[in-house]
Amino acid sequence: MDFSHILNSKKITLSIILGVFSLFVTLNANAVQEKNESSTTVESKEKEKFDPNEAILEHIADSHYFHIGGKVAIGLPVILYTDGGLEVFSASEFEHGEKAHQGKYHNYALIKDKIKVVGADGTTVDETAKIFDLSITRNVFSMWMSVILLIIIFVSVAASYKKRVGKAPKGLQSLLEPLILFIRDEVALPNIGYKYAKFMPLLLTMFFFILINNLIGMVPFFPGGSNLTGNIAVTMVLAVITLIVVNFNGNKYYWKHIFAPDVPFWLYPIMWIVELAGIISKPFALMVRLFANIMAGHVIVLALISLIFIFQTLWVSPVSIAFALFIDVLELLVAFLQAFIFTMLTALFIGSAVEEHHH
Amino acid sequence: MELVMPDWGLVVWTSVTFLFLLILLRAFAWKPIMAAIGDRERSIEDALLKAEAAKEEMSRLTNENESLIKQARAERDLILSEARKAKEQIVSDAKEAAHKEGARMIELARVEINNQKAIALADVKNQVATLSLEIAEKILRKQFEDQQQQDELVSQLLKEVKL
Repeated sequence: MDFSHILNSKKITLSIILGVFSLFVTLNANAVQEKNESSTTVESKEKEKFDPNEAILEHIADSHYFHIGGKVAIGLPVILYTDGGLEVFSASEFEHGEKAHQGKYHNYALIKDKIKVVGADGTTVDETAKIFDLSITRNVFSMWMSVILLIIIFVSVAASYKKRVGKAPKGLQSLLEPLILFIRDEVALPNIGYKYAKFMPLLLTMFFFILINNLIGMVPFFPGGSNLTGNIAVTMVLAVITLIVVNFNGNKYYWKHIFAPDVPFWLYPIMWIVELAGIISKPFALMVRLFANIMAGHVIVLALISLIFIFQTLWVSPVSIAFALFIDVLELLVAFLQAFIFTMLTALFIGSAVEEHHH
Repeated sequence: MELVMPDWGLVVWTSVTFLFLLILLRAFAWKPIMAAIGDRERSIEDALLKAEAAKEEMSRLTNENESLIKQARAERDLILSEARKAKEQIVSDAKEAAHKEGARMIELARVEINNQKAIALADVKNQVATLSLEIAEKILRKQFEDQQQQDELVSQLLKEVKL
């Protein structure tokens, strides 16, 4: 019998793509599981008692090491701005926090993955010494990698636009053009209006920066696995950029609405406080939303995998993997969704600041 | 709690990196990409408008052609009917002319025949007269061949003369 017509139908093609896709995600989930298994079994042997809280926090927090697998970890460069001057050395000097490092100006030790100034004995923390940690941590490393990726991707896409003037997009260009057009037509234009062009670079950069870092964060093995967009420092910077852009572009209507709203004048002081809270709370919500969503995704996946070590049995792994897979797929959606929401709300806030009122 | 306390080193690096990324991508990616997309959209819109205009022009031309054809057909019919009329006129004129010409020629022929007849008759009369005179002469010569007879006649004639 001839079944070729089945393969030719569009539904089948789509389901094959989805199948391959889900297989890929499954592999990722397995990889998460394997990595955790290998790294945490070592720990559990040492400690006997597995502490999921500590393990999860360690995975989602920033680190001076980049774990590749097992006990292998790269010590990332440590840069300290101290009262004496700059100190640069490798984090592998700390030998995973077991040894203090004798610097030019102070002695340093890694305590709970934070660099502290210690006394000559290497254990007593000297709180009086001021240091500013500018180390290239795992998150910084991962961010730079994502930035290099973004630059390579979009400069090559721009080159293909130059090469194929007036022609239909092709390859990477046709993959990204719908996203770019989506940001322009569904995010920037309806929210900002005719002045959208000025804010397009910011919105596009924000969207793709958040998106690529969300996606890199989902990859459980070496170059990925960082929790960049689930880190409050990163989301804070992005939110502050939104805050600055919104308020620096606010027109007279925006400021009039804040300082002289349509209420009796004796209410003004209250209104000022309320409006000021509004100015701050909007980016604050942005910061917390992105941070919490991405971090929660990582926490849930890690918690599900930790179940194996909590129960000390491999039999629970099918359940863990099934749920982790489900959460991973959900996180894939969340990765796009949060990038979209952050960009969308930034556009909305900019739109409210540049809106012209015709009374 | 440590989770929600921003690490200021990361804040610095993120700010620097993001601004660097923004400036770089704006110059080398977003501007050319947005410009290219805009240009292409404009050219597509332009092409669509032109196609629409061409379509209108086509339909206008088709209408014009149809009206031209209709007009031409009407003109042709008119010309044909006029030609038919002219033909009939010419034929009838020719017939009339032929009739007239024929009548005239018949008339001329009749006149000529009459003339010829008259000439022929006059000729015949002359001939007859000449012949008659010759016969008379011959008869007279025969009658007056002897002298006696002549004298008798003269004498008789003389008798008859009364002076």
